[in-house]
Amino acid sequence: MSSAEVLPGSESKRWKYLDNVRTRPGAFVDPDGFDGSTVVENMDKIKILGAGGLGCEILKNLALSGFKDISVIDMDTIDISNLNRQFLFRHADVGKFKAEVAAKFVERRVKGVKITPYNCKIQDFDEEFYQQFQIVVCGLDSIEARRWINATLVNMANYENPDSMKPLIDGGTEGFKGQARVILPTMGSCIECQLDMHAPRAAVPLCTLASIPRQPEHCIEWAHVIAWDKEKPFPQLDKDDPEHITWLYQKALERAKEFNISGVTYSSTQGVVKNIIPAIAATNSVIAAACCNEALKIASSCAPFLGTPGEGEPNYMMYSGNDSIYTYTFKHEQKEDCPVCGMTARVLKVNPKWTLEELIESFATLPEAQLKKPSVRAEGKTLYMQLPPSLEEQTRPNLEKTLEELGLTAGTEIAVTDPAFVGVVFNFSLRFA
Amino acid sequence: MTEIVMDQTPPLLQGPSEKERKYDRQLRLWAASGQAALESANILLVNSGAGTVGVETLKNLILPGIGRFVIHDNALVDEADLGVNFFLDDGCYGKPRAQCLASLLGELNPEVEGDWSPKTKNDSLGSLLKKSPLFTAIMYTYPINHVELESLEQYSKEHKTPLIAIHSTGFYSYFTVRPPGTFPIVDTHPDETATTDLRLLNPWPELVEFAKNMTKDIDGLDNFEHGHLPYVVILLHYLDQWKATHNGAYPSNYKEKTEFRQLVRDAARTDNPEGGEENFDEAAAAVLKTVAPFSLPSGLKEVFEYEHKDPIQERSMFWIIADAVKVFYTKHGSLPLPGNVPDMKAQSKVYVQLQNIYKTKARKDAAEVLQTAQAIAGAGREVDPAEVDLFCKNAAFVKLINVEDGGDATPLGSKERLQQVLRAEMANDQVAEMTLQPMSLFPIYLALRGLAYCGNASADKTQIVEAVKSLLSDDLSSEEYGDLKEKMDNVAEDLARAEYGELHNISALTGGMVAQEMIKIITKQYIPIDNTCVFDGIKSRTQVFRV
Repeated sequence: MSSAEVLPGSESKRWKYLDNVRTRPGAFVDPDGFDGSTVVENMDKIKILGAGGLGCEILKNLALSGFKDISVIDMDTIDISNLNRQFLFRHADVGKFKAEVAAKFVERRVKGVKITPYNCKIQDFDEEFYQQFQIVVCGLDSIEARRWINATLVNMANYENPDSMKPLIDGGTEGFKGQARVILPTMGSCIECQLDMHAPRAAVPLCTLASIPRQPEHCIEWAHVIAWDKEKPFPQLDKDDPEHITWLYQKALERAKEFNISGVTYSSTQGVVKNIIPAIAATNSVIAAACCNEALKIASSCAPFLGTPGEGEPNYMMYSGNDSIYTYTFKHEQKEDCPVCGMTARVLKVNPKWTLEELIESFATLPEAQLKKPSVRAEGKTLYMQLPPSLEEQTRPNLEKTLEELGLTAGTEIAVTDPAFVGVVFNFSLRFA
Repeated sequence: MTEIVMDQTPPLLQGPSEKERKYDRQLRLWAASGQAALESANILLVNSGAGTVGVETLKNLILPGIGRFVIHDNALVDEADLGVNFFLDDGCYGKPRAQCLASLLGELNPEVEGDWSPKTKNDSLGSLLKKSPLFTAIMYTYPINHVELESLEQYSKEHKTPLIAIHSTGFYSYFTVRPPGTFPIVDTHPDETATTDLRLLNPWPELVEFAKNMTKDIDGLDNFEHGHLPYVVILLHYLDQWKATHNGAYPSNYKEKTEFRQLVRDAARTDNPEGGEENFDEAAAAVLKTVAPFSLPSGLKEVFEYEHKDPIQERSMFWIIADAVKVFYTKHGSLPLPGNVPDMKAQSKVYVQLQNIYKTKARKDAAEVLQTAQAIAGAGREVDPAEVDLFCKNAAFVKLINVEDGGDATPLGSKERLQQVLRAEMANDQVAEMTLQPMSLFPIYLALRGLAYCGNASADKTQIVEAVKSLLSDDLSSEEYGDLKEKMDNVAEDLARAEYGELHNISALTGGMVAQEMIKIITKQYIPIDNTCVFDGIKSRTQVFRV
């Protein structure tokens, strides 16, 4: 006989394997603090949100982890290139909305689970919408979207109201590699703190594209950025349109021929223009399951989870599968000067001779900022606003002035905002280099 | 003679095929050759128990397009299956589990052929193995019964079939990959940061001449020319200069290399708007990696020193080519030139010229290896030039998996081996404890093995630990056993609560890893584990062991 008592679980024999584990404290949880009899009921009520490219895996996993009320947000429609890994979709589904098709499939397959789809962007909803969920699981395909949901959840978190603190579980993959992490908003390192884990890719210098190409990628990027702009074969570039890609491919080929460069293919053209990341079902399985495993542990408290607050407690798992199998599971420390969850302003080294315009442009490539349309205020004064147009026009003359001329000195605190991150203020304290 | 330079692809009349579009994201990882290998693969899953982890693995093999799969499963679908296995639904209740799984998995990819067994009372695993087309790989999950396990092991030995064991229970799992004998991988796909062999300390005449021509009046070059010298040429020039002032010797230790690097930095012109030269920055950055004397990479060394048990005629083409490369290496003191050149700031024309110099030499070396290989193979065997090319390009990164250590080493799969690994892991743990490193996951592996040994769902923690003791036999001292029991205590307790059942997330995660490893074995690309991976779902960590 098993040494652990079987506490009342769900009536159905269906959930036997799950209940054996989630209603019992196991060896790593203090049995005194654990009430297995309420786990199922509690989990039945949890609203959980899943979003993104790992969506199929996440939905399947959550449904078979005992969650009954799942919502899924995805703005994408199904493309043929998704079918090698997004397994809830069939050939006949190409063109339909992912969220809808996935939700229907899993509801039919796993009885008793309600899945509410939203065919739109996560940014289309406000804090009030997100307030209804207890856990958020993300498998998004852009760093911007991750930063947005992170900022939203951190802004909502108020330690006086425990319900407002919603764990964010985030997963991402690239080829044979991936990561799964757990963020407890304000209580530990957040996505913004962890921005240094995703360095922006260095762009090819313009002079290389324009005059000294050497690689097939240089020819493709030339066609993409320079030739397209000049010749405008179609009013708007649609990266998913094979006709547009073919035009770019032919142009890149011509250029490559001119410089005696070999290796331009349709596939590499598409890859460069769309910034395609290789993806397979296997890696997605690993990362999505790692995320949902944490969700189950958080929801049931039946075992310690990643992101547990405390000294040395890991919150981040990196996975690598191309050379044997490696995981590195560690604690990423919260940053005091994190613009989203931190308290202090971040130090920013600048050249006093820079114009305001140069400073603004630098925010795009600065690893700890990565802001594409920043607006800047300094100690109460507005220096430059991207929006609204009237304010932009009013502040435009400041762009030509140097930081010195604008009265900025070492130690001045500037406040930067960006439309991609509503509600977040990036505070920097200037240092002159 | 093999062509390494790719010709310009003629403009396409129509875009990529539908299959190429579907598989686009994975073709970027293993190319058409890998895909072809997958599509010829015939995979058997022998399923049992909660029956999920093997199915999740299959899902990840069917989606990328293996040729065929067969599921052998004696169970009928019951209620508990529906709470853990995604590829069963209400309509399957009471039916043969193998049949339903094959059907719902089959939906994932219409191009994959699927079958199931046993269809009648007379169908056994033995009969399935006899009548089926040859299996490319076989995986089985615990709690497989020992009769079936024996037939699989027999089959694997006879047909040299890779065998994969998988066990997922509660928050823990492991899987073991046993390829048939020593398994070589040529196409290991080294990381971008891996050193490119530019042969700066051992340049050949054409490269020397090219560099000399560009730099014979280096100080007299105008700023444009100077600023567009490829860094390979810069380094060759200054290495020559160094040699002349150091008795013909190259920079040999760290101190000299940093001195050399500074020399290169100082040679950059600063009287320009940028205040420096990008190509000289590139040259300085490349010094430590490229100004390094040649040493035979350990993977290749292992290949060269491998002791064969079979005569040369029976060896695979890999070994024939390896022998030919060894001959090349013995003759020239260097490996065949891989021939790729990293990107660097340079005029397009000059860069292409440089590339061609490297490609020409690489082609020449490959041709020499091909000739040697053909001589070794003899008249009866044809050597594929493309295979020779692949080896020459990747020689520095080839790897052997599943090598039986000779001599005193304990055989893989033996009790003695388990003890040996256990002792090594316990010793590591003592250090780990002091240095705040993570502890070994070996106790998890042992606990799962112990559970399988007990073979029943109601095994409690004491029984599991006792079973492990039997597995290890009595060669452990009482102190060692005490240590082990302490480490296993929590794991065995946590395992016991699962009652030999699977948690979907753990099985999905494990299924991802197993599929990834099987893809590596089938495509012979990327480096497989050697040979067991354990997953700890409580700490979210993996560890690989050689058992």
